[in-house]
Amino acid sequence: MLWACIVLPQLALDAVLRRHPDPDTPLALIGGSAQLRTLHAVNVAAVQAGLQVGMRLTAALALLPDFQMVEHDAQADARWQRFLAGWAYRHSSLVSAQWPGCIVLEVRASFQLLGPWPVLQARLREELQALGFQHRIAMAPTARAAMVLAGIRDGMAVEDTAAMHALLDRVPVRRARLPDDHGARLQHMGVTTLRALRALPRDGLRRRFGLPLLDHLDRLYGQADEALAWYAPPDHFDSRVELGYEVENHMALLFPLRRLIGDLCTSLSIRDGGVQRFVLRLEHEEGHTDVEVGLLAAERDATLLFELTRNRLERATIDRPVVAVRLLARELPTFVPASRDLFDTRNQQQLPWPQLRERLRARLGDASVYRVGPAGDPRPERAWQRVEGDGMAIAQAPARPPRPCWLLPTPVPLRDARARIVSGPERLESGWWDGQEARRDYYVLETSHGQQAWAFALPGQQGDWMLHGWFA
Amino acid sequence: MNTAPDLQQMLSSQTLWHAGRGSAKEGVEGESTGHAALDALLPQRGWPRRALTELLLPADGVGELQLLLPTLARLSQTGAAVAVIAPPYLPYAPAWQAAGVSLQHLQLIEASPRDALWAFEQCLRSGACGAVLGWPKQADAQALRRLQVAADTGQCLGFALRDRKHAANPSPAALRLEAVREGHATQWQVRKCRGGPAPSQAFALRAG
Repeated sequence: MLWACIVLPQLALDAVLRRHPDPDTPLALIGGSAQLRTLHAVNVAAVQAGLQVGMRLTAALALLPDFQMVEHDAQADARWQRFLAGWAYRHSSLVSAQWPGCIVLEVRASFQLLGPWPVLQARLREELQALGFQHRIAMAPTARAAMVLAGIRDGMAVEDTAAMHALLDRVPVRRARLPDDHGARLQHMGVTTLRALRALPRDGLRRRFGLPLLDHLDRLYGQADEALAWYAPPDHFDSRVELGYEVENHMALLFPLRRLIGDLCTSLSIRDGGVQRFVLRLEHEEGHTDVEVGLLAAERDATLLFELTRNRLERATIDRPVVAVRLLARELPTFVPASRDLFDTRNQQQLPWPQLRERLRARLGDASVYRVGPAGDPRPERAWQRVEGDGMAIAQAPARPPRPCWLLPTPVPLRDARARIVSGPERLESGWWDGQEARRDYYVLETSHGQQAWAFALPGQQGDWMLHGWFA
Repeated sequence: MNTAPDLQQMLSSQTLWHAGRGSAKEGVEGESTGHAALDALLPQRGWPRRALTELLLPADGVGELQLLLPTLARLSQTGAAVAVIAPPYLPYAPAWQAAGVSLQHLQLIEASPRDALWAFEQCLRSGACGAVLGWPKQADAQALRRLQVAADTGQCLGFALRDRKHAANPSPAALRLEAVREGHATQWQVRKCRGGPAPSQAFALRAG
């Protein structure tokens, strides 16, 4: 295996600068306790003005009274490292973000697909540049060696194990990323290079420096296996866009929405999944408004999802200014693309029914599109049921005398003195078990307007008709 | 003289027809209505494809579904979706099933009157449906024109069921049928049909 290591020397700063409108003005990340504020990271312009990492805030302000200060968020580092691991996952199936400040990925398996190392390396650099992250890249047969070499010189690459050993032997101990402060201690003891360190008896080293140092050396030289925690793409999607200003109308939300949906679809296509249910959360200064989007089948088409979400967003009322938009999809089910007949004669612009259905549901409401199926109950008002979704098969109705095609939701009195009985009666006695007992005589009547009505009367009577349906 | 080719062209595109010579046989075949007598009356031998058909009714329940069900049953059995938009009553599942409609493909859409027109147009335009039934209540000529164009785009059969009082108003629908009461029977009188003169004979569906 061949390992590439991408060292991110100023991850926290880059994460701030890449979203900053003016990255060339002096800027510093401020960390430390409330009493002792220090500079955690500074950009190039700030260095030129004399600011340094570790400097106290008061000292920095004395040097340069006007520079931008951004609070350093320690958790942001891990988040951005995960983000970059997700990015690196496009280039390799084995990616680890276990070591702070760097990403490790296996590259040999990717050569066939993405081209040899120089091509792949150029590609990695180009994409990191576009993402806005400073980086150093090295490649070696072990992951740990790649990390050490990336710290020594940017762009170093060895494929051969023997050549790697020769290179590593010349590495100064201070820069070999030894655990704790062992590097500096060994340096003071006169052990300057890894070659000298390895020449020392292992037993003595173990007693003096402990097992971790030997482990590090063994893994560095590939004499012991490296156990890394592999990055796995998250099984949910959560992305947030801070607007930076207050938004009170829908139109201004469409641009961030389009970006969020685009991100969602990218992550879906990496996972080869779809999305069926997600929440668009509009965050206010206090509290938030949720816009829920639920589909009947998993989808991952960006245009479709955007259109549906937009429809739902437009129906939501925004009563307070929105400061951030967040898209949350907890479940990403597998996506089965709709299969189409090779010899389908219908035209290209046509919309498949599931997409039309989602469009209708987005505007008319979730329960507005349904199908009907027969049910077993003999009472007409219960002899049918709504079927939502695609899952359920529709059964065959039991054989009964002719039934009308139109049913009134509730029977209403039929006031027509000239109604004529066409056929009947059909006695219906049922429902004694659930308290809604029905005892009716059904007749087919013809009204004076020529309609064929399905009406019932009390058993044995032929009057006070209650209209229940039309034979249309 | 270059009028002759133009005349031929107009005849073939059915914008012009010979009076009293029946209909242009070489024209587009319609979608059979499932009633042989009605097919024989109509110039395209069936419902006009890619077009809106208007049914004008004196009241609900005068046999409009009897007229449509054979077509809907055939379309739904071939797997084409049949959309019913904001029906005035509940389509009673056992009866529709008994008429041969595959309920698997019968899609019902609930909508307020204002949204119903939108949904009607969407369904017609999408091309996802084989036939779409709607009850456009406050539709003016412009709205009907939109529906007609949508049915053409989506290549599907559109059926607009409306009150008979609209019969006097012109309509862009390709075919208009009016339900007329004759004694105890309901007859369907063709009021307008594209591609031929409206037959004077009426079509009786069921004996009273």
